[in-house]
Amino acid sequence: MDFSRISRRHLLQGGAALALGGTVGARTAQAAETTIGFIYVGSRDDYGYNQAHAQGAAALKKLSGIKVIEEEKVPETDAVEKTMESMINLDGSTLLFPTSFGYFNPHVVKVATKYPRIRFEHCGGLWTDKDPKNAGSYFGYIDEAQFISGIVAGYSTKSGKLGFVAAKPIPQVLRNINAFTLGAKLANPKAMTQVIFTGDWSMPVKEAEATNSLIDQGVDVLTCHVDGPKTMVENAAHRGAFVCGYHVNQSPLAPKAYLTGAEWNWEALYPKFVKMVTSGESIPNFYRGGLKEEIVKCSPYGGAVSAEARKHADDMKAKLVAGEYTIFKGPILDNKGKTVIASGVERGQKDPELEKMDYLIEGVLGATS
Amino acid sequence: MADASIGLWTVPLAVLGGAIRVSTPFLFVSLGECITERSGRINLGLEGTLVMGAMSAYGISYLTGSPWLGVLAAGVTGSLLGALHAGICSLPRVNDIAVGIALMLFGIGLAFFLGKPLIEPTAPRLPAIDFGWWSDIPQVRAALRINVLFLIGVAIAPILYWAFKTTRWGLLIRTAGESSDAARAMGHSVLLIRLRATMVGGFLAGIGGSFLSLFYPGSWNEGLSSGQGITAVALVIFARWDPLLCLWASLAFGGAAALGPALQSVGVTSGYHLFNAAPYILTLAIMIITCSPKRTLTGAPAELSITR
Amino acid sequence: MTTDTADSAEAIEAVGIAPAADPGFLQRYGATVEYVLIPGAALVGALATFGVFVTLYGKNPLDLYFYMYQGAFGTWFSWQNTLTRAAPLILTALCTALPAQLGMVIIGGEGALLIGALTATSAALAMQWAPPLVVQIAMVIAGVIGGGLWITLSGALRQYRGVNETISSLLLVYIALAILNHLVEGVMRDPASLNKPSTREIGAANMIGTIPGTDVHWGLVFGLVAAIASYILIYHTTFGFAARMAGGNIRAAKIVGLSVGKLIMTICFLAGACAGLAGMIEVAAVQGRTNANLAAGYGFTGILVAFLSRQNPLAVIPVAILLGGISASGGLLQRRLGLPDASVLVLQGIIFVFVLASDALYGRIGFLKGKS
Repeated sequence: MDFSRISRRHLLQGGAALALGGTVGARTAQAAETTIGFIYVGSRDDYGYNQAHAQGAAALKKLSGIKVIEEEKVPETDAVEKTMESMINLDGSTLLFPTSFGYFNPHVVKVATKYPRIRFEHCGGLWTDKDPKNAGSYFGYIDEAQFISGIVAGYSTKSGKLGFVAAKPIPQVLRNINAFTLGAKLANPKAMTQVIFTGDWSMPVKEAEATNSLIDQGVDVLTCHVDGPKTMVENAAHRGAFVCGYHVNQSPLAPKAYLTGAEWNWEALYPKFVKMVTSGESIPNFYRGGLKEEIVKCSPYGGAVSAEARKHADDMKAKLVAGEYTIFKGPILDNKGKTVIASGVERGQKDPELEKMDYLIEGVLGATS
Repeated sequence: MADASIGLWTVPLAVLGGAIRVSTPFLFVSLGECITERSGRINLGLEGTLVMGAMSAYGISYLTGSPWLGVLAAGVTGSLLGALHAGICSLPRVNDIAVGIALMLFGIGLAFFLGKPLIEPTAPRLPAIDFGWWSDIPQVRAALRINVLFLIGVAIAPILYWAFKTTRWGLLIRTAGESSDAARAMGHSVLLIRLRATMVGGFLAGIGGSFLSLFYPGSWNEGLSSGQGITAVALVIFARWDPLLCLWASLAFGGAAALGPALQSVGVTSGYHLFNAAPYILTLAIMIITCSPKRTLTGAPAELSITR
Repeated sequence: MTTDTADSAEAIEAVGIAPAADPGFLQRYGATVEYVLIPGAALVGALATFGVFVTLYGKNPLDLYFYMYQGAFGTWFSWQNTLTRAAPLILTALCTALPAQLGMVIIGGEGALLIGALTATSAALAMQWAPPLVVQIAMVIAGVIGGGLWITLSGALRQYRGVNETISSLLLVYIALAILNHLVEGVMRDPASLNKPSTREIGAANMIGTIPGTDVHWGLVFGLVAAIASYILIYHTTFGFAARMAGGNIRAAKIVGLSVGKLIMTICFLAGACAGLAGMIEVAAVQGRTNANLAAGYGFTGILVAFLSRQNPLAVIPVAILLGGISASGGLLQRRLGLPDASVLVLQGIIFVFVLASDALYGRIGFLKGKS
């Protein structure tokens, strides 16, 4: 075969180069340059979850002595184990960011056990004492930002009906819906949130249908928790409803309809991590935080947000940053009338009970199953 | 509040709106496939054509600022893929089902490859015509904001029905589909007829894709088509190769897709995964009921590989 | 239109019966040489076309070939990566290749894989008291039966209701996925799997592990055994002969007195069993439980492998390794060359098109035909 002759010749040249750069050279180069690998489950320009991480990776590229390599659309199967190993073996990475929730167990755990000298930073906050010490897991309390979005939404709605397009009824999503609703009730005690679950993380037609159904029900402010909010944002804006974004700032998609949004702030967090590593400090294995820790942030307010709403939202943001306010404070009833947080109980940011949330609070229309 | 809620009425309204909004890609792909299959060839690759059409329509609309040029580009892309399918199938001993699967893969891959830089930008969308002006109810007005492509699709169905029955072209296509020997005896090249039928089929499927990216849901991303193209191919069999039945079946599928979210919005929440699978279960059920091992399907082109 | 039958007839000739008188080398082995040469040439053509494509995209095609080689077969690590990815593909490809012997086009291997994973997981969860070997055997049996029955359903619909098996098997993929999601987020959900709905874990002791000295799990061996057994079944048993005959001409087969229905059901069961086994292996060797991650598209890539192997169960092995290699090198193409992840899809599509188009070449290459 012709092709094999070409590639063999090329191999001799390229192979020598690779041997220098890839294996022998990697060890010497590491002293000068740290290679960091980022792995995304979807497309890194999805206007959503993966783009947020890619923005964090982009912030690292600006630092000197850092080389960032990226691979996207890596499924949560043994493919991600091989990608991690390939980044270690062929690219000489010493720090890896497998950014999808489902990568951790069993994949990150397995590879971290095999490569004890490589550092793994997984996004999802899943690390426990049983897991390898060289694997950490971080996450953000983005419900704080959703709470602020809820306040803004509560002021902006005319019908008092808010809409939430959600993927699956899992604790993280439910917590966002509930925090959003609590925020909205603060602004407008009569506000209701109607939720529709699409069943999966990326289903554009279903998301568009859900958006339309919600608006048909009288909803006039929408937000979402799916991987790519673009569909919801564009379709809602098209029908004249306001939107609150999620994951990243979607205001370029609908500048007039965009109120604010709950965003990840990975571009602040990742350089912190890298600084810890280069200065010889170790990153805590379990690292979580919210607005105060700059892991999440709120999008700048859109033009349609009233002065009153801005002031109230800014006040609450300041209180959250100062640690003076608890979002989940009893008494809270679920939407079937059962008390889920008793009067006098305050469930703070880090309360493990909140991680198990399986209810929708009073004021949310929808069901978890 | 008068303008806020119309309660349970939203379900039939959402199904109607959904039928109109969601059905258009189904309609175009199934009409296109109907033409191709009537000529005696099956193109399973229309899923790839649909996605490729969606990507190219979005790209051209973004670059030129004209969504209609985007629609045209989608059609042309679709017919090129159709020509590729027909070209490979015209080689001796090549299986058309396999070529279809290959082109599905190729079309999706190429669309994702070339479409990377298009995920972020926002392209001009196709306009909608407001047919709900007579109503004060915003939900009705929203449901009746109809895209011209839908109307074109609705118009093509009866025209195609009529054309198959009465025109010379319709007769040629049907002859090629019923008996290639007969077509040859009449002095026509079967391969040429099928080439044209597949290209027209691809053209329509590409336009179906442009609807996805330029109207509803209205942007380009890699999850845009969740199998609509392949479902539409199944829908043709289900519709007995009859363009008018394709229209009704597409509307039914569109309505079914809207049913899940609409039911949730009025409080019916359990089993949405099963609701999401409803169109597939429905198709299978109807195929089971209407097919028979004893005879070939009524209306089935005799030359079609999948019905033999 | 159904050309595979003609091809398989030729393949029989190639394997078994040599032309009688005065066989020169090319005459005797011409068909066999063809069988290697034509797909090889198609592969080279596809790679060259992809090279042109990548050149138009502004990348050096020589870099492309080099990194593909490096990522797929360049190092021991790359080889293991490739073989790991090939393992499920061998099994899912058999799900298409076996029914193809009967002239059936089954494209629902993904559905059988998901159902096989579900049944295997259920078996393991129900038998937590048993020793690991017993649990593993039970998982194999459950996966085989679950996947097998799922494709048998398509076969039965074809035989008894005349429903086209290509369409029905595809619809059943979507239905299987909905069932899996429904169960995993419902009755089978592990309450502790908070944000990633999953079943309970089958337990570390019940995992099947890797082949000693490698990182490759035992799924590869399952695949090799299944492929070889299928080959023997199809080409060296009377059952296989009957199946191929029915695939060639159903009417003739009926006249000879073959029970076509029984053939269809048996072959479909075996086909689904292979895909179900792939699902069981994904659970027992990789994931440790069932969740939505299992729908990773192995079933669909398997269709490609089957067609590229021209539905020959033995050829499935090298083709699966080839495609495993392409997918293993995909990461390197992204990281070193900056190509989008979809390059792998484009390349697969081009290879598929070239190999199918090359079907037309069989029996037409002058020097292989000898004097006849």
